[in-house]
Amino acid sequence: MSESVLRIERLSVGYDHPQGRVRAVDEVSLSLRPGERFGLAGESGSGKSTMALSMLRMIKPPGHITGGAVWLDGVNLFDLGDIDMRRVRLAKIALVPQGSMNSLNPVTRIREQFRDVLADHGERLSRRAFEGHVRELLAQVGLPPEVADKYPHELSGGMKQRACIAIAIALRPKVIIADEPTSALDVVVQRQVMETLGRAQALLGAALLLIGHDMGLMAQFVDRLGIMYAGRLVEVAPIGDIINEPRHPYTRLLIDTLPSLERRTELRGIPGLAPRMSDLPPGCPFHPRCPAAQPLCRAEKPPLRPIAEDARVACHLA
Amino acid sequence: MHAVYIARRFLVFLLIVWLAATLNFFLPKLSGQDPVRTKLLEEASLGGYVHAGIDTMVKEYQKRFGLDKPLWRQYLTYLDDMAHGDLNYSIANYPRTVVGMIGEALPWTVGLLGVTTIFSFAVGTILGALLAWPRAPRWMRWLMPPLWALHAIPFFLLGLVLSWLFAFRFQWLPIFGGYSAGANPAWNWGFVLDVLRHAILPALSIVLVSVGGWALAMRGMMVTTMGEDYVTFAEAKGLRSATIFSRYCLRNAILPQTTGLALALGQILSGAVLVEAIFGYPGIGALLFQAIEENDFFLIQGIVFTVIVALGFATFVLDVVYPWLDPRIAYNRS
Amino acid sequence: MAGYLRRNPALVFGLALLGFLGLFMVVGALTVDTGNAQPLSAPALQPPSWDYPFGTDRQGRDLLAVMVAGTPLTLRIGFIAGFLGVGVGSLFAFTAAYYRGRIDTVIRSIADIGLTIPQLLVLIIIAVSLKGSLTVNQMAIIIASLAWLSPTRTIRAQVLSLRERGYVEVARLNGMSGPEIIFRELMPNLLPFLAATLVGSVSAAILASVGLEVLGLGPVEAPTLGMTLYWVNFNAAIINGWWWWWTAPLVVIVTVFLGLFFVTVGLDEIANPRLRRSA
Repeated sequence: MSESVLRIERLSVGYDHPQGRVRAVDEVSLSLRPGERFGLAGESGSGKSTMALSMLRMIKPPGHITGGAVWLDGVNLFDLGDIDMRRVRLAKIALVPQGSMNSLNPVTRIREQFRDVLADHGERLSRRAFEGHVRELLAQVGLPPEVADKYPHELSGGMKQRACIAIAIALRPKVIIADEPTSALDVVVQRQVMETLGRAQALLGAALLLIGHDMGLMAQFVDRLGIMYAGRLVEVAPIGDIINEPRHPYTRLLIDTLPSLERRTELRGIPGLAPRMSDLPPGCPFHPRCPAAQPLCRAEKPPLRPIAEDARVACHLA
Repeated sequence: MHAVYIARRFLVFLLIVWLAATLNFFLPKLSGQDPVRTKLLEEASLGGYVHAGIDTMVKEYQKRFGLDKPLWRQYLTYLDDMAHGDLNYSIANYPRTVVGMIGEALPWTVGLLGVTTIFSFAVGTILGALLAWPRAPRWMRWLMPPLWALHAIPFFLLGLVLSWLFAFRFQWLPIFGGYSAGANPAWNWGFVLDVLRHAILPALSIVLVSVGGWALAMRGMMVTTMGEDYVTFAEAKGLRSATIFSRYCLRNAILPQTTGLALALGQILSGAVLVEAIFGYPGIGALLFQAIEENDFFLIQGIVFTVIVALGFATFVLDVVYPWLDPRIAYNRS
Repeated sequence: MAGYLRRNPALVFGLALLGFLGLFMVVGALTVDTGNAQPLSAPALQPPSWDYPFGTDRQGRDLLAVMVAGTPLTLRIGFIAGFLGVGVGSLFAFTAAYYRGRIDTVIRSIADIGLTIPQLLVLIIIAVSLKGSLTVNQMAIIIASLAWLSPTRTIRAQVLSLRERGYVEVARLNGMSGPEIIFRELMPNLLPFLAATLVGSVSAAILASVGLEVLGLGPVEAPTLGMTLYWVNFNAAIINGWWWWWTAPLVVIVTVFLGLFFVTVGLDEIANPRLRRSA
């Protein structure tokens, strides 16, 4: 088993609220191996996007990182000074933003958005070399070289997202974090973008952390999947195990929501609502909605413990 | 695509010119009588050395705008005059023409307004941008409350206070006029310095009040811009703070700020008119004030028309410049 | 509520200023003889003293009486014109933004072009022809005639952004009629914004009226704040050292504008929480 390139150790993030501090992320630990695709799934508000931002140390007040460490290549990112952390961003660990339409600077051409990245990371290239570099990056994501001259509003949603991927891989990072990269895109474009992302990752040999809520997408794309609920990691396992043998009741319900091409059944959802982070139930946060809840679940929070090789679950009943 | 855009904007400008002329023509008549005619007849009956000239003017006026002429006919004659650049003679200062008097006063106003507006806008915008940026030096926060407070009051009120303070109490600066009485206008250092000394207080009244406004507005734009996705991505890209500030935030926030400038021009000018009136600074404002005192209708109408046209033109220029700043505009149908 | 007020110092400060002004007017009306605001009521050019706390002007007006009599007049012009402006403006704005199409284009174009023309100048043209015979109420109407332009534009922009929200569509599908949606769904959500616009409109109207008066185009007989400043300028009070003559109206006007300004800022904060600074 190769060494992990990214190791998150008991990361906790809190938000200051007039009514008190809220734990958005609660002692999450996971690790990524080089070249691995790791999915992080959960409902809105489960803390997944907060995870992404905290890995890049971009949590702003009223949010604070309240504990834990993020080890990248043996260095704890939380120990770095501001300037060093800035250099790490994109160069070692890159973010592919949400598939919203607005991640590129609307008033500058695409080419310029590569230029400032290279300049601020200390790369001095001659004009020829720079143009060549940009063209190559665009080609890697399947975009024609003319895109470099265009403004973002002249590109389609899928093209913009692929341009963002091109920027994300520009400095050959070790870890790529993709935060819902295909939301707001239609299915055909979704596939294009995911394929692009997969190819780019393979080319670099980088680890990919894919954050989202689309279980179908996860099933097709990732090697391992982590399920988040109310800020905690409740199950982590290889994707095959999750799909065929989900151990946590929440995971089971999530899998059940996936429509099947073979069987025709009623569409199922998960009853109830995700809890308010400021008002978590005692014990296991899922127990109010859990079909298998026991008195123990109300009393004690289940720890995330190994249940098989490479799988962990946080449930008293697993 | 560009040509159509410019052409449309120019048509709007022409529309404004026409509107200005029309308002000038019809509004005074709202009161029921024709105040121009009344004033002319009044002046004519006063006698004195302008008598001969006024008589001619009265006759001419009767011929073109007399009560026996149908209204639409008067209107068309009036528009025709305007189109030829004929704004008539000044009633109170005959035989000087309105165009001539405005021509003399205009450079003073353009100088004062041009410099103060550009200066306040630039300083205020940068200040506002810095105030929104968390990494900016802390002492800058202290500038906000006084600038805020100042910006709420009209220019000329500050002018009153400043003129009392510096011209009366401390006698450091002159209180009135564009240059010292008896000085000979000439292009030498002495005169230029004299002019500058006289311009300081009016300029200061405008600048101190305006800067706060621009800073406040820019700060608001910056806060909105800083919340945008592309700024988040910029930070995730590991860009330097200065780069994010200038190329991602400032560069985008300046767009609505410039629109704000175009919209505020009218107000700035109104305020400047009052400042000139208070200080007797020999620009359009003082001229207007004088014309109002003397009931010099032709001059008043001429000034209002000229100013509206000038502002319409300035807005037109800003409209044309805008797509250069914001590449999205030239492509959208506006 | 009290907790919120503590977090919104601007609103509190603004209301305090306006409240203080209101107190001044009420107490003044009860204790001061406003007849003394007319010329020849007192010896001329007296500096502030026990008899004449604000001094007197060259025509023999007791300046304290002038302030007590004139402030409500100036405020009245502002409120009438401001309310009319926002009232008419809202009507146009909601109609244009909700119904869109041709009527929106017409209203929007009129407002845009109208706003390119500096209001003061148009007001000057109107007022000059009525010079000398203008009353306070007439001034309010004149200013109101242009006061609706700016509110129309800003309110329209806000309504447009709200209109796209889900609950408007739901209301429409539920069968609510246009005016019903406007009054029961859109307006309540816009109340803080409308209030801020109203205060801004009143402030602009007062500014316009003072501006006209300083130029000599106001109601000449009335002891309004702007007219007082006109006489200050006319008599070169600054050079002659009669500082009390212009200090009184200056302080009152500044209080009015600052009060209105801070209230607007406070209301803006309620309307747009994004401008609140995070903890």
